[in-house]
Amino acid sequence: MVSLPAPIASRVLGMRVTPIGQRRWANFKANRRGFWSLWVFLAVFAVTLCAEFVANEKPIILRYDDAFYMPILTSYAETTFGGEFATEADYRDPYVVQLIEANGWMIWPIIPYGNTTVAWDLPVPSPSPPDSLHWLGTDDQARDVVARLIYGFRISVVFGFVLTLVSAVIGVGAGAVQGYFGGWVDLLAQRFIEVWSSLPILYLLIILASIVEPNFWWLLGLMLLFSWMGFVGVVRAEFLKVRNFEYVRAARALGASDATIMFRHILPNAVVATITFMPFTLAGSVTVLTSLDFLGIGLPPGSASLGDLLAQGKANLQAPWLGLTGFFVIAIMLSLLTFIGEAVRDAFDPRKTFV
Amino acid sequence: MRVDQPCAPRPLLDVRDLAVSFGRGDHEVKAVRGVSFHVDAGETLAIVGESGSGKSVSVLSLLRLLPHPMAWHPSGQILFKGQNLLEAPEDRLRQVRGNDIAMIFQEPLSSLNPLHSIEKQISEVLFVHKKLSRDGARSRVLDLLDLVGLSEAKARLSSLPHEFSGGQQQRIMIAMALANEPDILIADEPTTAVDVTIQAQILKLLTELQERLGMALILITHDLGIARRMAKRVCVMSHGKIVEQGAAAQVFDHPQDSYTQHLLAAEPKGLPEPPPTDSKILVETKDLRIWYPIRRGVIRRTVGHVKAVDGVTLTVREGHTVGVVGESGSGKSTLGRALIRLEASRGALRFDGQEIGALKGNDLRVLRCQMQIVFQDPFGSLSPRMSVGEIVGEGLKIHGMSNEEERHEQVGAALTEVGLEPGTMHRYPHEFSGGQRQRISIARALVLRPRFIVLDEPTSALDMSVQAQIVELLRGLQKRHNLAYLFISHDLKVVGAMAHDVVVLRGGKVIEQGPARSVIDNPKDPYTQALMSAAFELKAVESGIVAS
Repeated sequence: MVSLPAPIASRVLGMRVTPIGQRRWANFKANRRGFWSLWVFLAVFAVTLCAEFVANEKPIILRYDDAFYMPILTSYAETTFGGEFATEADYRDPYVVQLIEANGWMIWPIIPYGNTTVAWDLPVPSPSPPDSLHWLGTDDQARDVVARLIYGFRISVVFGFVLTLVSAVIGVGAGAVQGYFGGWVDLLAQRFIEVWSSLPILYLLIILASIVEPNFWWLLGLMLLFSWMGFVGVVRAEFLKVRNFEYVRAARALGASDATIMFRHILPNAVVATITFMPFTLAGSVTVLTSLDFLGIGLPPGSASLGDLLAQGKANLQAPWLGLTGFFVIAIMLSLLTFIGEAVRDAFDPRKTFV
Repeated sequence: MRVDQPCAPRPLLDVRDLAVSFGRGDHEVKAVRGVSFHVDAGETLAIVGESGSGKSVSVLSLLRLLPHPMAWHPSGQILFKGQNLLEAPEDRLRQVRGNDIAMIFQEPLSSLNPLHSIEKQISEVLFVHKKLSRDGARSRVLDLLDLVGLSEAKARLSSLPHEFSGGQQQRIMIAMALANEPDILIADEPTTAVDVTIQAQILKLLTELQERLGMALILITHDLGIARRMAKRVCVMSHGKIVEQGAAAQVFDHPQDSYTQHLLAAEPKGLPEPPPTDSKILVETKDLRIWYPIRRGVIRRTVGHVKAVDGVTLTVREGHTVGVVGESGSGKSTLGRALIRLEASRGALRFDGQEIGALKGNDLRVLRCQMQIVFQDPFGSLSPRMSVGEIVGEGLKIHGMSNEEERHEQVGAALTEVGLEPGTMHRYPHEFSGGQRQRISIARALVLRPRFIVLDEPTSALDMSVQAQIVELLRGLQKRHNLAYLFISHDLKVVGAMAHDVVVLRGGKVIEQGPARSVIDNPKDPYTQALMSAAFELKAVESGIVAS
């Protein structure tokens, strides 16, 4: 009986980390710019994910008559606080504020405006320039720019993430099948992709906008129909190459099924190419929603988005804080994503991994 | 001042205490640690050693062809005609390269530019060094191609490298190297990538050219047989040092150094274990054919066939090894893959009495436990992203033969059986040497307890001494488990050491088959005779029997 060593198990969050994985992480960290970009991006994204608690027209928590209330999570009628109406309380109404503060207190978010809150008490006509209440001013409908920015950033990035991930799954699958089976499957699928990719997406979006009111999911679905093709080429090429390697042949000799060979033996090769490609696709997808909103065929009017902010900046050249804010936010966000992408590319570079 | 005495002429090339290192500081890798040798005009010096011993690096540094400044020389002098090339200015070095000292490399196709005609490539050297005119260069190119024995040279001047066979490409490389009548020709493993018959022709050509042109030849090789036959003097290298040098006869017949002795003893030799006499037939084929259709036209009409394997009848008994030999392109590997159903074939194919030519799906998968394959390339045959344990255990997983714990144990046992530590199962293939990787491949095949293993050139990519170890391992396993082997190789020495029966293939057809000793010692067919004399005596056959 031979004595067997225990597996080398270094685990992070319960997932096994291979030595290659560790070396990749070290390579990623070695790219300082990408490493810091990742943390800055994650921090900003984390803050915007909790947008409701950062920028809201309702207090986070309030105490009234020895009881706690959380208006962000539950809606309370004004009558709860001794008001007149049975409708939801408007916590910005001085009358309601007075009622609550008489018998308790309120804790407000850092930015006491939601993305659709209209500030009625502006001293100047909207759009108003930045001041201590509205850090980046207000837009032409007197809504706080910082609040809209937070919500807009979130929806753009989430849209980009979902679009990238789902199209990666579809694209990798399609590329894998084409590359692995080759022959007629590959030939027909390639011709289909050629035809499909030449359809005019913009017109389809305009047509869609005239039939339904496009929301997040409609736009996502329509963009998905076309965005998966970006991944096909690189994965297909990898599969075409690797399917003739001897270790794939050896797996076949062991009796492995097509699915096993594709997933266990070939896919890991393609994953490196895909992951390297992904941050750049992500940067592209994030701007997709922005550009649609800018053109006015994106999310319904009034939704907070980066594209809408840019459109306002264009329409209100006398209020440069709108355009400049939009420009800087998008430029910084895309730079961060690109820096992260470069670091990921370094991390997965096999020449760096195996020295 | 030292005066050269006429009776002891200065050597043409004198290398003194040459060292080569890559990287600096902690990352320094000492590839060559102080070697000294010399080459006289007109003589042949062979540098032998295993891969990684520093033989190629030493000669590449003669012409400063290493990636400087990553590579550097902690010490040493390279005196060519009295001038130290290590300190010579780049201009001077350019004059030496290709003009006074020329090189030919191992892989002819990748050393030739695929986009330029051979005329352009050969005459480039002439334009650079000799400043010849276009017409002058052309006639010189024709002379050179004539010299290296390329047939129909005139008609093929504008051909591109891929239109030539491997042997012809190597001849073209030699023509390029000879263009300026160098004083020294360095041949870096000139025949490793070609078949034995072509190897014999190339070696013969090099010897003839050397005599005719009176140049010195530095031959780098891992093949001791070539060194013994070609060289007057031999340097044996190991771990960046020359462990022994001297006259070829002296070194080979009375090796002084223990490493040389080990190297000489390591050549695969001996005979296979005598097989059990009454063992039953395991694999049997009758008139096996693998024809690939050639399709033309819009409707893809079949206009003919490429007959990769054409009517092969053979039997493999339990405990026996059948050797399959032949030149590249003879259909050896295709035959091997067809026997374990990795390739569709026609004709009878029986395994243990059962016809398996038409098996599909699950029936075939069940059968796969009993027949396995080991491939040639120890680098390509292991998935770089799976640990050794995963690679070896995969077959068990696919066939659902054991749970994770049992699998762990079986993998450990298989690794032990092929002579590896069970602890290696958590490491990745790139951390292993070629020989170790080949052991992993064998463990992967072995863990399923097969009865029949196809060995597709399992030793071709390995060093001589490692080859011997693998042959030893395979023989031991065969005896222990009563395994049947189909041993595919172009190296007849290894086949002699492994096989009980031999099948000689050419163009997919069986030329000769029978018991190994009788085929190897008394070949009947002229093609087999040519193959044997090329392999064992390194003799080229003049007649048109083998491809050129």
